[in-house]
Amino acid sequence: MSDLHSPASTGTAGKATDEAPVLATAGADAPSAPAETRRSFLPQSTLLRHLLVLAASAVLAVALLELSSPYQNSQLATLTYYAIAAGGLTVLTGMNGQISLGHGALMAAGAYTTALFLDAEEPLPLPLILVVAVVVATAIGALVGVAAARLHGPYLAGATLALAVGLPGLAIYFHDIFGGEQGLRVRAPRAPEAFGSFIEAVSGNSASNTKWLAYVGTICLLITYFFLANLVRSRIGRTWRAVRDQEVAAELAGINLGAWRVLAFVVSAAAAGLAGGVLAIVVRLAAPSGFTLVLSLALLTAIVIGGLGSLLGALLGSALLVFLPPFVTDLGGDLGLDQTEAAQLAPFVYGVVLIVAMIFAPAGFVGTIRLRWMTAKAKRASARAAGANGG
Amino acid sequence: MTAFAAATVASTLAACGGGDEGGGGTAAEGGENEASDIGVTEDTITLGAHYPLTGVAAPGYSEIPTGVQAYFDCLNQEGGVYGRDVEFVYKDDAYNPTQTSQVTNELVLEDEIFAMMGGLGTPTHSAVVDFLNAEGVPDLFVASGSLTWGDDPETYPYTFGWQTDYMSEGKIIGEYIAENFPEAKVGLFLQDDDFGEDGEAGIRQYIDDQIVAAERYTPGNTSVGPQIAALQAAGADFVVGFNVPSYTALSQLTALQLGYQPQWFYSNVGSDPTLVGGLLNRFSEGKVADAALLDGALTTGYLPTVDQTDNPWIQEFQRIWDECGGEGELTNYRVYGMAQAYTTTQALQAAGQNPTRDGLVEAIEAVGSEWEGPVFAPFRYSEDSHMGTSGMSIERIVGNGSEVVQDVRVTDIGDAPIEEFDKEPATPPANAIPDEEPYEG
Repeated sequence: MSDLHSPASTGTAGKATDEAPVLATAGADAPSAPAETRRSFLPQSTLLRHLLVLAASAVLAVALLELSSPYQNSQLATLTYYAIAAGGLTVLTGMNGQISLGHGALMAAGAYTTALFLDAEEPLPLPLILVVAVVVATAIGALVGVAAARLHGPYLAGATLALAVGLPGLAIYFHDIFGGEQGLRVRAPRAPEAFGSFIEAVSGNSASNTKWLAYVGTICLLITYFFLANLVRSRIGRTWRAVRDQEVAAELAGINLGAWRVLAFVVSAAAAGLAGGVLAIVVRLAAPSGFTLVLSLALLTAIVIGGLGSLLGALLGSALLVFLPPFVTDLGGDLGLDQTEAAQLAPFVYGVVLIVAMIFAPAGFVGTIRLRWMTAKAKRASARAAGANGG
Repeated sequence: MTAFAAATVASTLAACGGGDEGGGGTAAEGGENEASDIGVTEDTITLGAHYPLTGVAAPGYSEIPTGVQAYFDCLNQEGGVYGRDVEFVYKDDAYNPTQTSQVTNELVLEDEIFAMMGGLGTPTHSAVVDFLNAEGVPDLFVASGSLTWGDDPETYPYTFGWQTDYMSEGKIIGEYIAENFPEAKVGLFLQDDDFGEDGEAGIRQYIDDQIVAAERYTPGNTSVGPQIAALQAAGADFVVGFNVPSYTALSQLTALQLGYQPQWFYSNVGSDPTLVGGLLNRFSEGKVADAALLDGALTTGYLPTVDQTDNPWIQEFQRIWDECGGEGELTNYRVYGMAQAYTTTQALQAAGQNPTRDGLVEAIEAVGSEWEGPVFAPFRYSEDSHMGTSGMSIERIVGNGSEVVQDVRVTDIGDAPIEEFDKEPATPPANAIPDEEPYEG
């Protein structure tokens, strides 16, 4: 690759203007830098590059799942459904600038669909059921998206908030179908025999049902992130960012703002639906109390802490959601607190981490590191350029 | 049946049992302690539970594990069970089934508990009952009156109920009203889930023709105005509530606003006067200071309550709380926890010196119905039923306590008849530590 780009353009590539939101969505902007100025051994085609990353991640995931304990397997299964939903949300919020407090409800749609289909006498194959869950959540997402496309900021937050509060209520109102407050118990599907022999061949571990569910979640996670990563690097992703950063410019460029916003919401809802389906089989229950507003807010904090618009950030933020509370509780126990106090410590520490992150890393983990890295690179490049001019 | 004989004279045995370490189970076999199953070592047995320690359901319920802990601490001081300390690990699920599933995974896979004990809540425990049974983890004494835990041991062979189920409670209430208030026009105030449904099914067996209205509320909804107004409009002069404590407070405040004064009857779950009094104070922003509104309301009981300071069980539990408990007073929730811990100790003793998970379940099925303890009426444990206690007394709330208006009666789910329970209440053994014989199979 040539080094024709001026150093400054590296830092701001992908933004419509210098006034466009910079800090908060730094994580989202960086990958859009079209032509990397450094030499790279990765293939130039985005699809090929992503396939390579996907393969590497799959190997890494298998290694992680086989080297960790059964309990950590179950934690990783939990991580997968948070990460899938957060990935969808970060595309919506980070890429398209729409906020949603209603993703918990969309997850509920996916979870209830999965629960109902698995409850059948002879249930369909699991992948098909998860696809149906995605379709149902997508349909609801499309409906909400149409309304959401006309709303901005706090109004959008309010509308989606209504979804988060209202939709789980339907499960209580139609309790003959959805099981009311108790919810629907989910018969987690058994692992196929091929899975047992696969695990046997890879690590010699026993193929428990917990492990199987962790693998199902991981496969869904990898597929989702592969799709989303390709999507945000494509024309669609660029259009979303254009809509987010400069409405007027985007419209002048012939972009139909409403249609693109609805599309972003639909994609994001599809991810939430899949997340709900995975949640249902991992938790073995779809009940209204599992889909409270707290869930939607937790997803939002996860993507903000991780770095808005970054899939890696969504994954890291979700990991924090899953691993921090037990860690803090155990720590509290070791420090001599009784178990009630230790349990109360977890939300407190999570709040503190959130505040500290917002003060010292307002662009989230990934966004902040990327900003630092790009600043350093720009400095080096300009020093080099100055040296070259001088010589 | 030797186990039964031993249980009834437990206090005498405890005083003279030869090789027994302070009443902590007779080590008659004289064998060595072995790490006989997951969660059992030579000197510990690990039990686990999930409770709402944070969040909306935490007030009251978060006190239960402190009672359990205090009981086990005192038990361990006296030698534990067969010389093993009982270690009790409890985790917060914030009354959210998703979290229940996570913490149960942690308890079973990471902390490697021998058995679950007293997991709290119907929706929360529903999320883990399949997992526990698939893993073969004994799931003792679920803290909820749903029928799910006990009426189908074939589906859930490892799960046991403990407290009186809501249907039996409804039946006993229904019969009491039919006998003592035959003219009353009864309105039902029901939580819109299994709790309300089972209760209604039970009560309708006896007074279907007396019921003039049945109103349901959705948990989480903070207004019960329409429901209470509908009961008033239907002319109900006797209202039976199958609701949780916060809705006892809400229904009282709403009725006060509407000038509605029926005879109230709250099922056991929703009637703790201390907790309701505190909630009334909070909801009314101090305008209603205590539970005085509840004065004269009827309720049911299956355990002695803290106001009965002359009850020997309460005296023992008070001593345990003073010696081994933490901060705060002994409350009815802590008594509940201690009573569950007492039954659990009975089960562990019955499972023998080197217990296995399957052996524990077998022992409860075989001898669990013969255990005596703080709970008024016996448990219904057998191979065909894992239902908990079946009996309740009817009480009238006076101040922060209550007086008995009808002695304990026992029944069962379905159309089983209601019978008077004429056995003398059990007295606590020395140190309130049971001394059950191991069940030999």
